[in-house]
Amino acid sequence: MLKQIEGSHAMAEAIALCRPEVICAYPITPQTHIVEGLGELVKEGALVDCEYINVESEFAALSVAIGASAAGARAYTATASQGLLFMAEAVYNASGLGLPIVMTLGNRAIGAPINIWNDHSDAMSMRDAGWLQLFAETNQEAVDLHIQAFRLAEELSMPVMVCVDGFILTHAVERIDIPTQQQVDAYLPPYDPVQVLDVAEPASIGAMVGPEAFTEVRFLAHYKQNLALKLIPEFSAEFEKAFGRETGGLLRTYRADDADMLVVAMGSVCGTIKDTIDEMREEDIRIGLVVIVAFRPFPVEALRNALAGARDVVVVEKSIAVGMGGQLANDVGAALRNLPRPPRLHSSVAGLGGRPITRASLHRLFRQASVQPWDGTNFLDLNERVVGREIHRTRKNRRSGPTAENILRQLAKSVPPAVS
Amino acid sequence: MTPPVTTLAPDDTVQKLKYYQKGTFTVGNRLVAEEERTVQASQARSNALTCGHRACQGCGEALGARYAIDAAMRATNNNLIAVNATGCLEVFTTPYPETSWQLPWLHSLFGNAAAVATGVAAAMRVKKRPEVRVIAQGGDGGTTDIGFQCLSGMFERNDDVLYICYDNEGYMNTGVQRSSATPPTARTATTPALGAEPGNVFGTGKSVPRIAVAHNIPYVATATVADLHDLERKVTKAMSIHGARYIQINVPCPLGWGSASHDTIRLAQLAVECGLYPIFEAEHGKVTQVRKIRRQVPVQDYLKLQRRFAHLFKGGHDDPRIARLQAMCDANISEYGLVDTAGKEG
Repeated sequence: MLKQIEGSHAMAEAIALCRPEVICAYPITPQTHIVEGLGELVKEGALVDCEYINVESEFAALSVAIGASAAGARAYTATASQGLLFMAEAVYNASGLGLPIVMTLGNRAIGAPINIWNDHSDAMSMRDAGWLQLFAETNQEAVDLHIQAFRLAEELSMPVMVCVDGFILTHAVERIDIPTQQQVDAYLPPYDPVQVLDVAEPASIGAMVGPEAFTEVRFLAHYKQNLALKLIPEFSAEFEKAFGRETGGLLRTYRADDADMLVVAMGSVCGTIKDTIDEMREEDIRIGLVVIVAFRPFPVEALRNALAGARDVVVVEKSIAVGMGGQLANDVGAALRNLPRPPRLHSSVAGLGGRPITRASLHRLFRQASVQPWDGTNFLDLNERVVGREIHRTRKNRRSGPTAENILRQLAKSVPPAVS
Repeated sequence: MTPPVTTLAPDDTVQKLKYYQKGTFTVGNRLVAEEERTVQASQARSNALTCGHRACQGCGEALGARYAIDAAMRATNNNLIAVNATGCLEVFTTPYPETSWQLPWLHSLFGNAAAVATGVAAAMRVKKRPEVRVIAQGGDGGTTDIGFQCLSGMFERNDDVLYICYDNEGYMNTGVQRSSATPPTARTATTPALGAEPGNVFGTGKSVPRIAVAHNIPYVATATVADLHDLERKVTKAMSIHGARYIQINVPCPLGWGSASHDTIRLAQLAVECGLYPIFEAEHGKVTQVRKIRRQVPVQDYLKLQRRFAHLFKGGHDDPRIARLQAMCDANISEYGLVDTAGKEG
């Protein structure tokens, strides 16, 4: 059914249609509206046979989900940013135990400096934790990916993180097609656990494993993620058949067939990039886009095939591994490295801490990649004057004070107050 | 000397049932009627924590866990799931491919046992298995320190979980470091017996049983491996109640305390009899029962058997800090009314 609805509430409705049996809720912006929406559905009786638990921290949220999942219940939670870091130990534990928990991540920057706005630092911090990570481009896809996530998680007995851009998606009201219960029931069978705490068949789960078996356990986790490279497109195709929408998959391309330059990106920024590409195409610039949906497992082969014909690849990502560069660019580089004539790779970090990524900036970026490529990492729309002054100040004065606050003070001085 | 109790009194207004045999620390079974005997005395006990585990000789925790879980198994007709925090109990019971647990058992992390148990209990509710009950268990480090937030959350929500803390007063699994349950003056690897104030300092630490009581949860109790009847009764009672419950069992650790492995029960008994470890029960925020001290002993009797307190007795004179420890015992005795003023029991 088509609805004009906030992304978070649409996701809540979709998650409810998946019949979660235990939901653990802890507030953190910007995922809050999702668990609030689910709380309403449970309270009003629309979502039955579901335990909704208000926990005292994100660490507890995922821990409760771990217990519920190990005891055979379909478990769901959501978090963002600092919350994901606070539950980090449990994030690894859930995947190590092979528990099919689904968690929404309302992507948000990580502090300090504290920042509630969108980027992908949080998802990147847990990219090696053994979870599948799927990135939604639109709220429709966010809805659809959650339904596929439960199916994937339970088929593989692995946890899945559905990454949705904070505010840009979570708080945007738009037209979204919410499937029916019948459709979701037909697509998603009841949870049939591969391991379960059962008094009829007592098992010990979570024993210590030494050097004699640890490698094998990790190998099998890696093997399962490789299986997911096959399952994700299969489930996505099945979803398309059942729901009439192409959504999910490992990656998809936009105007890529004859492109000299291919942009690689994840999440909601792909919309802006597509608009930019359309404009550049009008000027006969052969540019296209590869949207990565599955970041973990990383679709190396599919990506290599998609990028093989391009002369230039520009990775635009909302995260920075300080001291290394963009994580996505690094992974894309790894996918390209065995090509006989790999495209040139240009890495740009954009939209950190919620900075808008505009078409004008993307135009400049893509042109620059073509005519004046840079080394290393480009920071889109970096205020070089502010950075330069701060570097100068810290060199001059040992006790130069806190960087973030200094920069804010500088900006307040240099920007004239807004006229109301 | 009064004669030992040899039969069950027909009416306890006439004569109160006592399990003690005179002149010993033994808590006997032989002298009481079959139905009053302990779970451990029964061949039908579940042996939930069975033989073959890797605990040290004289481990109080292994004993406490076996007593507690077997009692809970009987109380629930074996419909029990256990969640275990990281620690000695977790490590020594599951040297895979072997496991000592004869019940469904899950270990997740050090600090989240209470929350994981909440999740298991929620799953049992939603799966409509009300007969299946849930226990979370851990050592004092996993309970009073790193697991404290999850524990308090579980209490506050009144989740249907019995949390059992096996309190050996330190991080024994990692090599005997101080926890917030380590008593003052005790030597640990992080409170060495060096300097002007050797061992753990006064004025620190916390009593989680009291904090549990302050949550107004349905049931809180302390227990000791020295009193099997009392311990089993408390576990059985806890399993008859729904909601958040907490039992903290004093379990001597020969390795960490520097005591002889044959002194585990003796030390557990002395900890109670000197007043340092008050044994009580509380329901919905009110203390409802205390276990009276049977034969009060000075705190030295308890301290002297443990090398972690050896520095208090060096140089031929008693450290003045012993008096401060005695004052702690006296405060407990007075607060909980551990000694009958009308005349000592027995």
